[in-house]
Amino acid sequence: MRPLVIVAKIDNALRLTAIDRKAAVSNLAVGMSLADARAMIPDVTVVEADEDADRALLDSIAEWCDRYTPLVALDPPNGLLLDVTGATALFGGECALLGGIRTALRKQGFAVKAALAGTSAAARALAHFTDGAIAAPGEEAQAVAPLPVAALNLDASIQHALKRAGLKTIGDVAQRQRTELARRFGGEMVATLDCVLGRAETPISPRRPLPDTSAEHRFADPVTNDAVIRESILVLGRTLAEVLESRGEGARALVASFFRADGVVRRIGIETGKPLRDPLLIERLFRERLDALADPLDPGFGFDLIRLEASRTDCFDSEMAALTDSNENKEIAILIDRLSARFGAERVLKFLAQDTHIPEAASATIPAQYSKPATIAWEKLRGANEAPKRPLRLFAKPEPIEVMAEVPDGPPLRFRWRRLLHAVARAEGPERIAMEWWRTQKPQPTRDYYRVEDSEGRRFWLYRDGLFERETDRPRWYVHGLFA
Amino acid sequence: MGDAGLSALRSLLSEPRLGDGQTRVSLGHEGADDTLGGGLPKGTLHEVFAVDSSHGAAATGFAAGLGLRLGGGKPLLWVRQDFSALEFGELHGAGLLELGLNPDAMILVRAANAAQVLRAAAEGVACAALGAVVAEIPAEPKLLDLVASRRLAFAAAQKNVTAILVRLAAEPDASAAETRWAVRAARSLDEDDWGTAMFEAELLRNRHGRTGAWVMEWNSDDRIFREPDKAAHSGGVAAAAADRPPAAPRAGLRRAG
Repeated sequence: MRPLVIVAKIDNALRLTAIDRKAAVSNLAVGMSLADARAMIPDVTVVEADEDADRALLDSIAEWCDRYTPLVALDPPNGLLLDVTGATALFGGECALLGGIRTALRKQGFAVKAALAGTSAAARALAHFTDGAIAAPGEEAQAVAPLPVAALNLDASIQHALKRAGLKTIGDVAQRQRTELARRFGGEMVATLDCVLGRAETPISPRRPLPDTSAEHRFADPVTNDAVIRESILVLGRTLAEVLESRGEGARALVASFFRADGVVRRIGIETGKPLRDPLLIERLFRERLDALADPLDPGFGFDLIRLEASRTDCFDSEMAALTDSNENKEIAILIDRLSARFGAERVLKFLAQDTHIPEAASATIPAQYSKPATIAWEKLRGANEAPKRPLRLFAKPEPIEVMAEVPDGPPLRFRWRRLLHAVARAEGPERIAMEWWRTQKPQPTRDYYRVEDSEGRRFWLYRDGLFERETDRPRWYVHGLFA
Repeated sequence: MGDAGLSALRSLLSEPRLGDGQTRVSLGHEGADDTLGGGLPKGTLHEVFAVDSSHGAAATGFAAGLGLRLGGGKPLLWVRQDFSALEFGELHGAGLLELGLNPDAMILVRAANAAQVLRAAAEGVACAALGAVVAEIPAEPKLLDLVASRRLAFAAAQKNVTAILVRLAAEPDASAAETRWAVRAARSLDEDDWGTAMFEAELLRNRHGRTGAWVMEWNSDDRIFREPDKAAHSGGVAAAAADRPPAAPRAGLRRAG
């Protein structure tokens, strides 16, 4: 095997951005130009850097780390910060947790360096220059003291200045007067130093928002069995329900995360129309969702962790709900949730009246899960004992037809639609509908609508697009809808 | 499998039976109600075919009327397939309102394929809070076979929710339907006051009684079917019937039982 180097174009020159162990042994170093490296070792394998792939890989490792804590932050190009506050006990203490992460990642084929400390900056510094260090609370300063100043992650110019001043380690720097350092390098440098020394903390920014409530189940032996997976969702649902109940809340959106033993994480989300905390319903909605997945849940060699999160919650007033909501309404809401979980919220709809007379916009459809009591009432257009003025079926895209009329602005006599010739027996119109100019970018022609019955009794809603002579010389005709 | 499961399976295999407690709902059309023994039974499966694709909207309107009558004021679940909306138009809220239906009391499911339509319809008839489920399945998908039809009829009977299958661009096949209708648009009778929903509805099959064919008008105000107003349009029905008898045999639609 030849030494492997990764190169990228930096300042118009190809430079090494990463090297393997063999290359390191051969005295190659990151930052060296490729020309220099080739001069030293002519026989190297060169691979161009792929930043996107690196980022994606880091992201997937972060996803995997999610099993330890939901607070995982990226520290590019090759670092991750995990806030494990309160989580260490779950994994048998700090030492076991750190050891577990290192072993598991090594098993996945990564070279790992890890450290645990009271502040993210201290842990970061330790991880970059040591491996496996654990700094007990209050002992960060002591732990980082022997590290080189590079561990402070400061600007190159400041680092250089520190070196020239003879300060080689963080310990050296920490011994200087703060005022002196602040005067020479600025307040920011001192703030950074404080973080690394464990005196101050800057919060990490996790890659996923922290869920409102979550519950998780770890399996000593990874599970593949469907029944067990469902059962654990039910159990987690119960745990979640208790927490939600104590807060007087219900979940509006839930996410189940399935952590595979080999590192793959799959997240499945559901939403509900009303705040929900019935574990049986939660399990049922997830079952619908899981059954309907185009790309089914693949346990591989098994899931070793399943987590259920309420990612969005709402006030759940059970007494209020009991008073205002009939059982039937609740049943309908559940049906809507289940259909939405299975087919997607955008496919389960309610009609909504709109304040416009443009036919295709007057009746909107919105996801039933998001529907609220209507603010605009439906307005009947026909009078008592009159025939319907609007068709039962409306084409999303009006279909062009050939029309024969006596005069260009008169009612149609015959029309051809989908190759079939229809003789008009009765026609009523025009009902002139002007397009609402404030709604559209481009002015739309006025439409003259006709209600038409052909010789067979079929009823159509046709329109002539554009006023003859005023807007167009050759108005086109369309079928917009069909009456019963 | 428990006893309940076994008996469920058994019922699935046998023909759905009309229980004694089954309520029949009058359509409002005297002749049809008479033939149907008072009306259509709730909690059963009904099929509405369009005689041909050009009468799809008429079949839709007829099914909407059945859904409203049999739904008893409860919400309606309407499931349609994407293809059906492209070919025959999307169900229009304002149009439903004009026919006397309440768009606010409807849930529309846009299913991508026939399998999804059947699935959603099955979910619907299992929800007792619904009045009826109308499901549009265009063409003749293989999975809509006798077993699927029996399953739907059985589920409908369990919770007493009526299921209405709208079959556009399709020919009847063996099914567990309680009634089967072939619908085409009928011509308006009045020269001036025309355009109300009028159907030539032929009852092709009636599991528990005779069949027949009638011209029906849908009254959007009273939300009821009825005979076209003979007094107002003297000789109208006779003319229509002489012109093209609604009962004219159509081999294709009569074929299957």
